[in-house]
Amino acid sequence: MIAFLIKRLMHAFVVMFVISVISFAIQSNLGDPIQQMVGQSVPESQRAELREELGLNDSFLVQYGRFAANALQGDFGYSYFFNEPTTEVIQRHLPATLELVIAATLIIVVFSVPIGVYCAIRPRSALSRFFMSVSIIGISIPVFLTAIMLIQLFAIGVDFSPFPVETGWGQWLNGVLSTEGGMPSYGRGNNLTHLFGTWDSNFFSLDGLTYLVLPAVSLASIMLPLFIRLIRAEMLEVLQSEYVKFATAKGISLKRIYFVHALKNTMLPVITVGGVQLGTMVAYTILTETVFQWPGMGLMFLEAIQRSDIPLIVTYLMIVGLIFVVTNTLVDLIYGLVNPTVKLTGKPA
Amino acid sequence: MTTTTAITPSRWKRFRNSYLVYSFKRDWIAQFCLAIFLCILLGAVCAPWLAPMNPYDLTQINILNSELPPIWVDGADALFPLGTDAQGRDLLSTILYGARVSLIIGFGAVMLQALIGVTVGLLAGYLGGRIDAFLMRLADIQLSFSTLMVAIIVGALIKAVFGGAVYSDYAVWLLVLIIGLAEWPQYARTVRASVLAERSKEYVDAARVMGYRDRRIMFRHILPNTLSPIFVISTVQIANAIISEAALSFLGLGMPETQPSLGSLIKSGFDYLQSGSWWITLIPGAVLVVLVLVVNLLGDWLRDVMNPRLYKG
Repeated sequence: MIAFLIKRLMHAFVVMFVISVISFAIQSNLGDPIQQMVGQSVPESQRAELREELGLNDSFLVQYGRFAANALQGDFGYSYFFNEPTTEVIQRHLPATLELVIAATLIIVVFSVPIGVYCAIRPRSALSRFFMSVSIIGISIPVFLTAIMLIQLFAIGVDFSPFPVETGWGQWLNGVLSTEGGMPSYGRGNNLTHLFGTWDSNFFSLDGLTYLVLPAVSLASIMLPLFIRLIRAEMLEVLQSEYVKFATAKGISLKRIYFVHALKNTMLPVITVGGVQLGTMVAYTILTETVFQWPGMGLMFLEAIQRSDIPLIVTYLMIVGLIFVVTNTLVDLIYGLVNPTVKLTGKPA
Repeated sequence: MTTTTAITPSRWKRFRNSYLVYSFKRDWIAQFCLAIFLCILLGAVCAPWLAPMNPYDLTQINILNSELPPIWVDGADALFPLGTDAQGRDLLSTILYGARVSLIIGFGAVMLQALIGVTVGLLAGYLGGRIDAFLMRLADIQLSFSTLMVAIIVGALIKAVFGGAVYSDYAVWLLVLIIGLAEWPQYARTVRASVLAERSKEYVDAARVMGYRDRRIMFRHILPNTLSPIFVISTVQIANAIISEAALSFLGLGMPETQPSLGSLIKSGFDYLQSGSWWITLIPGAVLVVLVLVVNLLGDWLRDVMNPRLYKG
């Protein structure tokens, strides 16, 4: 176990090292800090002096060492645009993204488990087929398009009138197909509850929650079908296994078999994939936040790219890299702990 | 020679009698999807001849025609069946040209992925040992980051290094490169898994005893036997690549508006959504969804029919 732990941590460390080298290479090759600091009228000799003073003439390794030492102390430099430490900028934007991810995760967990289990227990029922077809449509709609459609439906509203208004049913159908609109689709709103530090929350007021609904549903829409299909596939496999047949033969109630015996083993691979997908969600937050102008890290990153705010881009890369590495390592460790069949120190098959 | 050709049926006949074609004939969803896919493909390939106007040709665009709705909405112009976008371009033509760009990038990126991934997978699976461990570790690390994330970051960095103008000039090639590089591990893992299964079979031993070189065994003997999983993931990967391209374009890291793909059409229309011009965004969006959906459904069908050992997870 200890060996496994050390191996995993080493692995994580190496990946983080590579990410930091790449980030540093970006930082040191893109943009000229001297040009950012001084005006045009400063003569070349003074620039050279400043360059020497800042250590920009040192070798790559020396400069990287300085960068890494600073980064370990949480110092990633100043953002060109905000003119404050990049870590503070990130801290300000992090809660918005986290809330979005938490809300989307809640939606995914609440819906994917019951639907996935149902589709596995009754694979041939009409409802299962319906869920499966909806899920493949869901996979095929890019997340930003879901977001745009939600805005059109619930923020702008649809005035649908292809049916004749004179007849009763026509009017009724038009009414059913049209939507009111009026949901907020821009930013986080003003009714935020202050929790601590830079964390203002959307979760504690009805008004705040209405701002959260559309972005969270959009973000969840891409993962939900994946999880439904995954849970269904795993559960189907588990239901074929010997121990489930044995439990049935013993006369244990079906409900208990499904939800206690089978579900437990179904969730094992689901948790692994789930942990990895949590990292993937970070990528999708960029898209969701762009559509809804949600003031989180994704939008901040995209704006930093447009402004060529290199220190902020690099800090974002390092922090997102850290999130990925930490989640992956944790997932691996938990999987190794929970699943007794995983060979902990053995060579990869 | 003539007798052998008479006995073994021609390639076309063998194909026609294969299980693949047999199950295709019995599956109306697959037929329907292939029909729609071929329609979109044909429309995209023949865009210069089919489209009523050339959206790249500035002389054909009249700004006074901008934001006209599709013909089933009041205030439309019969000249523009699907309406016009904010620059006055005919939306039907722009979509045909856009689908062309999206498909070129989708296919190009998948070809690049397959080239890298199949080579890596073959090498890793056949040679084994340290090379295998190193290559697969590399693939695992890259996969542990979401492919979209990798694509966004690489795209953003290239744009920051070369500037927006250069980026738009070479956007098609850059997107093929970015999406191709971001997704190769999928192929590598799948191919490696089936190479591992093939490697221990007798025909490989036989080839080795006959003294063939490793390269010949890998590409001429093992590769043909790993084709079915490659086909299956290729369909899914094309759908993924088209979505990735659309996502990158939507973020402004893809095709410029002067040479739009479906993604950049959606992006350019999004600014006008609040003012009521929904068609600029939602019609290209619908085309994109239908395209991706039929490719995904075809992939599902192909997976069920070929039933290869796919790398799980």
